[in-house]
Amino acid sequence: MRATPLLRARDLRKHFPLRGGVLQRTYAWVRAVDGVSFDVYPGETLGVVGESGCGKSTLARLILRLIEPDAGTLHFGDEDVAAASPGRMKRLRRDMQLVFQDPYASLNPRLTIEDAVGFSLLVHGTPRAQARDRARALLSRVGLEPRLYGRRYPHELSGGQRQRVNIARALVLDPKLLVLDEPVSALDKSVQAQVLNLLTDLKVERSLTYVFISHDLNVIEYVSDRVLVMYLGEVVETGTADELAQSPKHPYTQALFASAPSLDPDHRMERPPISGDPPNPIDPPSGCRFRTRCAFAMPRCAETPPASRAVGATHAVACYLYESGAVVDARVTTSPIV
Amino acid sequence: MAITTTVPRDLDAVVGAPMSYWRTVGWRLARDRVTLIAGGVLLLVALSAVLAPWLAPYDPNAGSIRLRLAPVGAPGHVLGTDEQGRDMLTRLLWGGRMTLIAGLTPVLVAFVIGTALGVVAGYIGGVTNTLVMRTMDIFYAFPAVLLAIAISGALGPGLPNTLISLSIVFIPRVVRVAESATVQVKGLEYIGAARASGSGVGDIVRHHLLANVLGPILVFASTQVSLSIILAAGLSFLGLGVTPPAAEWGLMLNTLRQSIYVNAVVPALPGLAIFVTSMAFNLLSDGLRDAMEIRA
Repeated sequence: MRATPLLRARDLRKHFPLRGGVLQRTYAWVRAVDGVSFDVYPGETLGVVGESGCGKSTLARLILRLIEPDAGTLHFGDEDVAAASPGRMKRLRRDMQLVFQDPYASLNPRLTIEDAVGFSLLVHGTPRAQARDRARALLSRVGLEPRLYGRRYPHELSGGQRQRVNIARALVLDPKLLVLDEPVSALDKSVQAQVLNLLTDLKVERSLTYVFISHDLNVIEYVSDRVLVMYLGEVVETGTADELAQSPKHPYTQALFASAPSLDPDHRMERPPISGDPPNPIDPPSGCRFRTRCAFAMPRCAETPPASRAVGATHAVACYLYESGAVVDARVTTSPIV
Repeated sequence: MAITTTVPRDLDAVVGAPMSYWRTVGWRLARDRVTLIAGGVLLLVALSAVLAPWLAPYDPNAGSIRLRLAPVGAPGHVLGTDEQGRDMLTRLLWGGRMTLIAGLTPVLVAFVIGTALGVVAGYIGGVTNTLVMRTMDIFYAFPAVLLAIAISGALGPGLPNTLISLSIVFIPRVVRVAESATVQVKGLEYIGAARASGSGVGDIVRHHLLANVLGPILVFASTQVSLSIILAAGLSFLGLGVTPPAAEWGLMLNTLRQSIYVNAVVPALPGLAIFVTSMAFNLLSDGLRDAMEIRA
């Protein structure tokens, strides 16, 4: 494809132990992220979509190394993120930043917003006055007049305004990669649009690369160049946003797109294309993890998990339906997924 | 869609700088009459305790057998005299010193040690947390009075031992509050954001963690002052605290209790002093909690 990837993840794995009892013994593991591989190329927006609990946020925290992966490798440029020393890591953190989902929990209630934005600069040794000037400049860029808002506390701001502060804080270190973990999910539709447009403008202005995590397909389609579909800690399909929107391959992706509400009354759904909750990630189904909710499940789906295979230049899917090479469009052959 | 904030040209003239956090707290306190009165009462008690040597009309330990149990309003003795004929006003003023020391010191010691232990346990978590918190639970399992009596009994009477035993009583309480506040704040996203931008543990604890847990711990500690006063008075009452002839409200209550049938008003005075002081501490801490709350 294009140049060398900015971020390269191979077989990332994170299982959380569940402890209990007096001795805090581990009695089970939650397989939050289970063998995820992907590349992020400079200048693109990689969308990550999936139901809640599929490991999207864990993936974001793994990329930033806020939590340590159990297995797999992660490279940022030439640097091995997982093996970086604390000193190197501090340097790396300037290049990768995270915007959190909850605009209320992600700002320290005791810091004024200009201090919150400037704080990261102080940590990296910028003199105080200079840090404040940079913070004010960024606040004004994200649409918050620093003379009006700079010395206010987070509780005096609305959700949308707080999310702008979060974006300013993430940008203050001039990162190359921004990981956005559901940045607009907590906001009203109208405010969502403003924040998304702000993010789009900033991306061009500062030649940023985004990893954009969301459960909202409309948002993902709008912002992403390429999309990663996750189900229970695994990647089931990747492709460009157009490929996924126009010809989704994996039964799960098809169900996701079919369940996105349509504005056209003639296309209202008679029944939901997918029902129930995803299985418990503590004890996922054998073989393909989607088989318990899949209308096309075959006996072999329960045996070994299907490997990801290319169905186009940029399109790959992990499903046995597309194995033989005779590509079937599952949507037209049978009724929708129940 | 461009987002712009229209800014009036004479912006700085129209809006002053927003109030800082502590100015807001002060502004709220200035409007809370109950808290102001409680604070005023405490200030009076503290002043009278500090200035006791100059304010008190008599020597606190010099009595006169002829003037035992004089009633309130007796000539020369505004608040009467005790069972040894010592001036009550003088002894109440001097006793306030001991009582305030016994009420504040253990809470202060427990606040410092308890906050440190609780924050460390909460922030590190894991085995450290289990060790610290289960040890605290052992102390917490005993009722406060029983624990104070047991430790004082083992150490022997005297003010320093009272302070030690009361500190031990209050440390586990503060640790609990500090630990739960720390665990709660630690999980919030702004701590994660600070880590993601490369802040070290020191910066995070100082600027993000302590700034948000100290307030609740301080408010909790201030509610414990009244309990400490009562416990210290109780220890003196039992003969485990301050030793006679020193004046201390709890001790005075003890020695005067036998005279309650002779003169009911005079023995009630130290009790009233304890009640008013501890009540004022409780009201003050309530007011502080309301004023320091961050309203979302």
